[in-house]
Amino acid sequence: MSGLGNITKKEIRELLTPATFVPIILVALIMATMGNSIQDIQEQSTAPPTIGVITEDNSTLGVVASTLLHSHAKSVYNSTSTADLQKGLETVKQHNGVAVIIIPRNFTERITQEQPGTLQVYWIMKGAGLMDSISSSALESLITFINMNISKELIRENTSINASFVLTPTQRVETTYFKNREFVGLSPSTISGMLSSQSLLIPIVMMMIIIMAGSIVIASMALEKENKTLETLLTLPVKRTSIVSGKIIAAAFIGLILAIIYMVGMQFYFSGFQFSSGVNLAAYDLVLTSGDFIWIGVSLFLALIAGLSLCMLLGTFAKSYKSAQTLTFPITMLAMIPMFITMFADFETLPLALKIFTFAIPFSHPMMASRALLFHDYTLVIGGIVYIAIFALVTISIVVWVFKTDRLLIGTTKFKWLKALKRRR
Amino acid sequence: MPAVEVKNLVKKYGSIDAVKGISFSINEGEIFGLIGPNGAGKTTTLRVLSTLLSINGGTVTILGHDLSKKSGEIRKLISYLPEDAGAYKNLSGRAYLQFIANFFDPEEVPSMVKKGIEISNLEARIDDRVDTYSKGMMRKLLVGRALMTKPKLAILDEPTSGLDVINAQEIRKLVKSTAQTGTTILLSSHNMLEVEYLCDRIALISDGKIVEEGKPKSLMEKYKARNIEEVFIRTVRE
Repeated sequence: MSGLGNITKKEIRELLTPATFVPIILVALIMATMGNSIQDIQEQSTAPPTIGVITEDNSTLGVVASTLLHSHAKSVYNSTSTADLQKGLETVKQHNGVAVIIIPRNFTERITQEQPGTLQVYWIMKGAGLMDSISSSALESLITFINMNISKELIRENTSINASFVLTPTQRVETTYFKNREFVGLSPSTISGMLSSQSLLIPIVMMMIIIMAGSIVIASMALEKENKTLETLLTLPVKRTSIVSGKIIAAAFIGLILAIIYMVGMQFYFSGFQFSSGVNLAAYDLVLTSGDFIWIGVSLFLALIAGLSLCMLLGTFAKSYKSAQTLTFPITMLAMIPMFITMFADFETLPLALKIFTFAIPFSHPMMASRALLFHDYTLVIGGIVYIAIFALVTISIVVWVFKTDRLLIGTTKFKWLKALKRRR
Repeated sequence: MPAVEVKNLVKKYGSIDAVKGISFSINEGEIFGLIGPNGAGKTTTLRVLSTLLSINGGTVTILGHDLSKKSGEIRKLISYLPEDAGAYKNLSGRAYLQFIANFFDPEEVPSMVKKGIEISNLEARIDDRVDTYSKGMMRKLLVGRALMTKPKLAILDEPTSGLDVINAQEIRKLVKSTAQTGTTILLSSHNMLEVEYLCDRIALISDGKIVEEGKPKSLMEKYKARNIEEVFIRTVRE
C-alpha cells in the first residue's frame, strides 16, 4: 500500500468513531423531523387566507372590494350586517381563519368624496411567530391589492381626481383578538413585532449560557481523564454525588453570573424598546413585571442545571479535550433548535409532534416563558419548571450511577451495537 | 486480622477475563508486591482494591470492610497511586496537596500538607504551577500526596515508574520508612531489584492467576535462582 493510501486508511479509521457520527446522525434526524413539521406549517399558511366578509355597502366600490375578497380568499362567512360580527368571528375561528372584514355602508360614498374608505379588519391572531403571521400577511397583501384596484377604478372613471388621494383610497381600522385579549388599533404584525422585541433576547441568552457553561462541564470531565486525575479523585473519601454536584454547581455558578449580566443588560434593552414601536406596551398590559422576571430566572437557572447535568453525562463519554469539543455539538444544537422554533412559531400553534419535541427540550422553557408570562399563561411556565426540575434530577441520578460503575474508567457497555463499533476501531 | 484478604477474585471486561479467581492476603504493616508481565492483571487487581472497579466474583476484605458493601469506608483508610497519574495543572503543588487534604479531617489539613511537601521534597518549587514540573517532580508530588494522609493501606502502582535512579531510590526509601510506621503497602512493579529490596512478600501473577507467592528469599531458594528476575521468568514460562 502506498504511503498516501496507508495514511488515509489510518486517518479514516481514527475518525470513524461513534463520537463523530452519533451526534451528526442525531442532529440530522432532528432537523428532518423539524423540516417536515415546518413544511406542514408552510403548506397550511400559504393557502388562500380564510376570512369572513360583512358587506354593508352595495355600491360600486363596496362590490369591487367584496368581489376581490371573495375571489382571492376563502370566505367562510358572509353577511350584510355589522351586528353579525361576533357570529362571523366565531365561524372564522372555527375554520381556523384569519380575520373578519367589514366593508361599511359609507365605503363608496366616502371615496367618491375623496375621503379614504374605511375597511374594518378584525384579526384572529393564532400565534406571534414568523410562521404564524404568514396568513395575516397574505390578507394584508390582498387588502393592498384591493386598494390598488379601487385606485384603477377611480382613475378610469375620473381622470381629474386628486393624485395623492387616488394612491390610497382606503384605510384600515384594525382590532386583533389574541389569546382571549382584544387589542384595539393593533395589527397582528405590530403585536408580533412587539413581542419579538420583548422575548427574542431570552432564547439568545439561554443558548449562549448553555453553550458556554456546557462546554466548561464537558471539558472538565475530559480534562480529568486527559490529566489522569480522575482515578485519584474517585479513590478519595468523597461521595460520587458530591463530585457530580460539585462540578455542576461550579459551572452553574459561572453560568448564573453570565445570566445575571445578560439579564441586567436585557432589562435595559427591554426598557429601551417599550415605546420604540410607537405603542405604549403598558397600555396593552404587555410588560413583564419583576415577578415575571423571577419566574424567568427560576426557569433559566433550572434549565441551566438540567443542561449541565446532560453535559456531565456526555462528558463521561469524553476521552480527551479534543473529543469533548465534538460532544458540545449536540448540546449546541439542542439549545439552537428551540431558539429557532420559538422564533418561527408560537408553542400553541405548533403541530403536536413538534410541540412534544419542543417541550421535551429543557432549554425551550425559559425561551417560551417570557411570551407566556406576557399573556399570564402560568400553566406553561410552571409546568415547564416542574418538567425541567424532574429532567435535571433524573439526569443527575444517571450521571451518579455512571460514576458508580466501571463505565467511567473503562467504558464498558452492555450495548452490542456500540461494542461492535468499538471493535471496528 | 490481615489488612487485605482477597478470595477467588474474578474481574471481567466484557468477555475478557482479566483476573481469574486469585487469592492472597496481606498482613498489617507488610509490604506486598504484585509482580507479573504486562496484561497479567496487576493493575486491574490494584484498581479493584482501590474501589475503582467492581468485582465479578469472589470477596475482598480491606481493613475489616467488605469491598462490595463498604467502599466508602475503605476510601477513608486507603490511598491509591495510579501508574499513570497526574495533578491539576492550573494548581500549584501546595494547592494540589491542600485540595487533597481537604477531603480528610480538617484539623489534620496543615500537618498533611506539611508532610506532603516534606515527602515530595519540593520545597523550592511547591508554589509553582504543576504544569511547570518535570516528570520526576510530578511523580514525587503524587507520592507525597498518596502518603501524606497516613493511610492504613497504600496501593502503589509502579511507584517509581519513569523516575531516574536517584529519584527512584528516594521513593523506595520513603516507601520502606512509611511501612515502618505501620502503613500496609501493596505495590506493583516491573523492577525486580526494587521488589527484592522493598517487599516482605510477593505474588507472581500471570494471565490473571497467581502462579507463585512467598518471601523473595524463599522463592529464590525454591527455584534455585540468583534473583527474583529469574524466579519471575521461570514461573511465567512454566
